[in-house]
Amino acid sequence: MARRILAIWLPRLAIERWLLGQGDDQSGDGSPLVLISDTAHGPRVTAATRAGLEAGARPGMMLADVRALCPQIAVAPADPSGDLGLLEQLALWAQRWGPWSALDPPDGLVVDVSGAAHLFGGEDALLADARRRLAARGLSTRLAIAPTAGAAWALAHYGADGATVQPGDSLDPLPVAALRLDPAVLTVLRRLGLKRIGDLTGVARDALARRFRSAHAPAANPLIRMDQLAGRVPEPLLPVVSLESPLVQRRLMEPIRHRVLLDKVLEDLCADMARILEGRALGARRLELALWKVDGEVVARRLEVSAASRDAAHLAGLFARKLDDVDAGFGIELARLRAAWIEPLPLAQKDFEASAERQGTSLAACIDRLSVRLGEGAIRRPVLHASHVPERAQRWVAPLDPAAVRQESLAFHARPLKLLDRAEPIAVLYASPDGLPRRFRWRGDVHEVMRAEGPERIAPEWWRERSTVRLRDYYRVEDGEGRRYWIYRHGLSGDGRGGTPDWYLQGLFG
Amino acid sequence: MVPTPTPLSAFARRPLLPARGLAGAQAAGWQPGQDDGTLHGEVFAASSEGGGAALALALVLDRMAALAPDPVVDVPDQRAWLWVQDAQALRLTGRPYRPGLPPALRHRLVHVAAKTPEEALFALEEGLRCRDLAFVIGEVAGNPRALDFTASRRLSLAAQRHGVPLWLVRLDARPDLSAARQRWQARAVPSLPPRWNAQAPGAPAWQAELFRARNHPPGEWLLHHAADGRLAHRDAPEPALQTLS
Repeated sequence: MARRILAIWLPRLAIERWLLGQGDDQSGDGSPLVLISDTAHGPRVTAATRAGLEAGARPGMMLADVRALCPQIAVAPADPSGDLGLLEQLALWAQRWGPWSALDPPDGLVVDVSGAAHLFGGEDALLADARRRLAARGLSTRLAIAPTAGAAWALAHYGADGATVQPGDSLDPLPVAALRLDPAVLTVLRRLGLKRIGDLTGVARDALARRFRSAHAPAANPLIRMDQLAGRVPEPLLPVVSLESPLVQRRLMEPIRHRVLLDKVLEDLCADMARILEGRALGARRLELALWKVDGEVVARRLEVSAASRDAAHLAGLFARKLDDVDAGFGIELARLRAAWIEPLPLAQKDFEASAERQGTSLAACIDRLSVRLGEGAIRRPVLHASHVPERAQRWVAPLDPAAVRQESLAFHARPLKLLDRAEPIAVLYASPDGLPRRFRWRGDVHEVMRAEGPERIAPEWWRERSTVRLRDYYRVEDGEGRRYWIYRHGLSGDGRGGTPDWYLQGLFG
Repeated sequence: MVPTPTPLSAFARRPLLPARGLAGAQAAGWQPGQDDGTLHGEVFAASSEGGGAALALALVLDRMAALAPDPVVDVPDQRAWLWVQDAQALRLTGRPYRPGLPPALRHRLVHVAAKTPEEALFALEEGLRCRDLAFVIGEVAGNPRALDFTASRRLSLAAQRHGVPLWLVRLDARPDLSAARQRWQARAVPSLPPRWNAQAPGAPAWQAELFRARNHPPGEWLLHHAADGRLAHRDAPEPALQTLS
């Protein structure tokens, strides 16, 4: 079945939203007013009321120029993010006409109405219904239905209002601007004398392909846009899906001031949340708890867990540690728990905490408990990193993060069991300039070197460090008592990067 | 109703209590490569060497190798293991370095950097309660007030309840009261010369003194990693080596 796409263009979305926000429907349209946004060259007009347009204000003009034309014009700041928010809500609302809808920012919507028009009594009735309902919301619209999103957009912006086209109908009379091209490309086409879509179809295809061979973005290449218009190339649109985060709350008869009661409320909230999540086969990764006090102050606490969970006792226990410093003041009268980040979690066996007593906890639960008590960064896992400098060859990541596959370190490299966080300077007696170390002093003790192996020369990473960084000559040494260390000489004497090289102790062997 | 007296034969099936003292039949000498069921051990070592943690890891690996394999399980045990360090231990002897860890354990390490000994003890106990951990290594410097007999008894009970072995490395510590089942004093000794370069340090070797154990007489061993990676002991220390000339 042929696709049918409804394009909704709200040409005066920004100004109409501002007028609706002021409370008066259309009376404000009669007074000259512009919405402005700040740019690097000063305030610039983004939208204007009808009276403002009549006074000469146009979107894109500098405010100073508008003031010269109409000195009494009023000014209000534009709110593009608010407009986008309204558009998102409209997109969800527009799913009344079709199964899915997509945004066409900054001021358009696209709804797929394939096979849905008969529910409204045909496509004309559907268009009339859409126009009536949008007008009831105080929005002026231009609508069109076409087999492709590109054609519907073109008709809504440049065709007759309420137009419908069938597959095979010609769109040649429309201007080339209906192709959704960049202004620079439109300028090029205008200079070439190609003003209508029909002019472009008259040009040989390979000539156009040669002219725009380096433009790969659809908005820069008229060929791609024409193919999208005719449906020869698929144009995927990102549908808007409403995702509501689960939310539970408890209004309390009496404000509570005691910790025991708060813990009980928290348990109830977590149990409610667990029930909601279980019904939707979800688990929470981040939970936000908000406590409203009698005096209007809100205490917020946030909890993140390492793996999706809907275990009420586990979550309540984790939250309880975060409530130690809550000052109840005159009492808490409303508690609300919201799962801000949810992930799919298949249904599984319940009774997690009781079985933990008998069979032990899982690794994720253990890590959650530890990170709540010890802090986020305290529990980590070493992973290999592609570097030959010893302290950069290992990195620390969160314990349950998936690790990238890396080449293991080479087996013939003897590496110490432990690495000091910062290599400690040592005083070394050695055969100058680059002989084996004989004796060194570390933390006040003198170590006689009985055996040594080296040097293993490790050069600095020249592609990320300065050219003055010195190389390192590593030695594995064992002292008279059998203690084994990893020490290095930082630089060579006479390498032109400093004076006599220093020695450092970096690691301890087992 | 008068309860019937228990016949003496009811006690006949009870197993004998384990013999206390060195003369009992259970009190066999400690040997590497055998599983004696120890779930809580302590290794005392100086902070100027990495030998304590290395010996603890070697003892853990030795026990894991000696455990009878489960006939049902057909994949090797790849559970993670926990290494808890308090801030002082971290500062004195550094962090674990993955390329230097035993190859069988490298990819499974989860490291906990605790700020205080209390936090380290909390982390150790949580680790012992976790069924997804193969074993737990702790490293605590000195004799903190929090690590008293009660705390070590708690750890010992948690280890036995959940069957997760715990080896606690005590850096620069006095051997105070503890509920650990085995207590070792470890010190590095000169290693055996490796095969291809006699001047290079060899495989790690320790002088390990078992000074308190539940089911073994005290003793002293020179332990090292044998060629097959297992723990082995040699009878006499190496002759003193000449200084490099």
